[in-house]
Amino acid sequence: MSASVLYEAQGPRAKARNVVYTAVFLVAAAVLLWWVYSSLKEKGQLDWAMWSPFFGSESWTTYLLPGLQNTLLAAALSLVIALPLGAVLGIARLSDHAWVRVPATVVVEFFRAIPVLILMVFCGEFYYLYTGVSSDSRPLYAVITGLVLYNASVLAEVVRAGILSLPKGQSEAAMAIGLRKSQVMRVVLLPQAVTAMLPAIVSQIVVIVKDTALGGYMMTFPELLSSATTASSFYGANIIQSLTVAAVIFIVINFALTSFASWLEKRLRRAKKSTGVTLAPDGGADQSAFAAPGV
Amino acid sequence: MFDFLEGYDLLGAFWATVQLTVYSAIGSLIWGTLLAGMRVGPVPLMRAFGTAYVNFVRNIPLTVIILFSSLGLYQTLGVDLGGDGIVQVISFRLSVLGLIVYTSAFVCEALRSGINTVPVGQAEAARALGLNFGQVLRLIVLPQAFRAAVAPLANVLIALTKNTTVAAVIGVAEASLLMKEMIENEAQLVLIGAVFAFGFVCLTLPTGLLMGLLGKKVAVKR
Repeated sequence: MSASVLYEAQGPRAKARNVVYTAVFLVAAAVLLWWVYSSLKEKGQLDWAMWSPFFGSESWTTYLLPGLQNTLLAAALSLVIALPLGAVLGIARLSDHAWVRVPATVVVEFFRAIPVLILMVFCGEFYYLYTGVSSDSRPLYAVITGLVLYNASVLAEVVRAGILSLPKGQSEAAMAIGLRKSQVMRVVLLPQAVTAMLPAIVSQIVVIVKDTALGGYMMTFPELLSSATTASSFYGANIIQSLTVAAVIFIVINFALTSFASWLEKRLRRAKKSTGVTLAPDGGADQSAFAAPGV
Repeated sequence: MFDFLEGYDLLGAFWATVQLTVYSAIGSLIWGTLLAGMRVGPVPLMRAFGTAYVNFVRNIPLTVIILFSSLGLYQTLGVDLGGDGIVQVISFRLSVLGLIVYTSAFVCEALRSGINTVPVGQAEAARALGLNFGQVLRLIVLPQAFRAAVAPLANVLIALTKNTTVAAVIGVAEASLLMKEMIENEAQLVLIGAVFAFGFVCLTLPTGLLMGLLGKKVAVKR
């Protein structure tokens, strides 16, 4: 239902009322902005000296870009490991054999129920106690392991929902022409399901990118957020400014990914070759089987 | 076997997690509903604000928002939300504020997807009866939208429960901070991990099951 069916085409009285609402809203916004502006001004947060470091090249080459590189590296590695693992778990949950299906279900439900931060903290200590991973690469390992365990189980649900969203006739027809179960999955179901899952997978990347920021503060992994705060202690307590810069970089990356996901969804829905079924990136209410809101 | 738990306030830590969840859930439900109302409403400026808010907030990591509320709002600008200088109280309130700001964007999207399941005829019939926008939304559309949105809202609530661990970043004494402390002081890593994992499974799985049942029970049969 589009928004416009909720109200009538606007007549003169409704238009006048809208002007009043707009004015009230503007005044409220102006009061809030003025408060923000004056308290920033009062504490000297708007001085050019506070912002200037981020307009020079030094802060970028020393702090922000290496941080961004670590963020993207951790996100990319997590995705590359979590995708195949998630596919295996998702297909295992659809297995006909209980001894495959039940353990896969338990693993997926368990890791989806636990916060990523808890997983990261646990993995960090685990690598410290039981493995010979050097202390330099331990934070990266811990962050990636935590992200992989969580996102593999979320992606498993995406894969399962994608395969279940295909019309039943697809697998029935495939079995009728004599394909084996593994062939039905590999040749018929998965290729079609992949197009249906793509938007959901892309929006899961946003979640992964955001969750790398957890590694910075709790696991001392030098990603974008923690390098931005390091920069702020170097340039003299401009924490508001450095957090703003970090937030803007995150918004740019994730907004590009979100837009790509919704473009992909629209395009795939139009495409004639596919079944036209897609899983919305946000997990709409019409498909409650789909388990991953990008929260 | 569990004597390593002595000297730690395990229940207190999980109680803090529950409190963070409940306060933030109530706050973000209210603010998220208002945002959803703005996003579908007739006033262009409010629509633009709602869209911009959701697109900005859901693309920022929660860690950045929580850190900003502590380092930026409190330590730099001196906003203490009436905490009287007690650090634990202030960080608790600031984390609730951060969680509300973040979660309401997802509540708004869940409600919007709920509104999308209400058939066009419902709103058209309501308008034909002469109801205005506020009445259409309040009496006809939102009651049905909330019922359809129970499942996505349940997902948001579960995610919120897990996201409260981020409050550990600014030192709120909740479950994940206690786990980090215990892991550093005690030897039984796997047992400690199992205890905390069990705690969170106890919090999130029943929420999912109950909300799933509720969603089925209140769903509008079409």
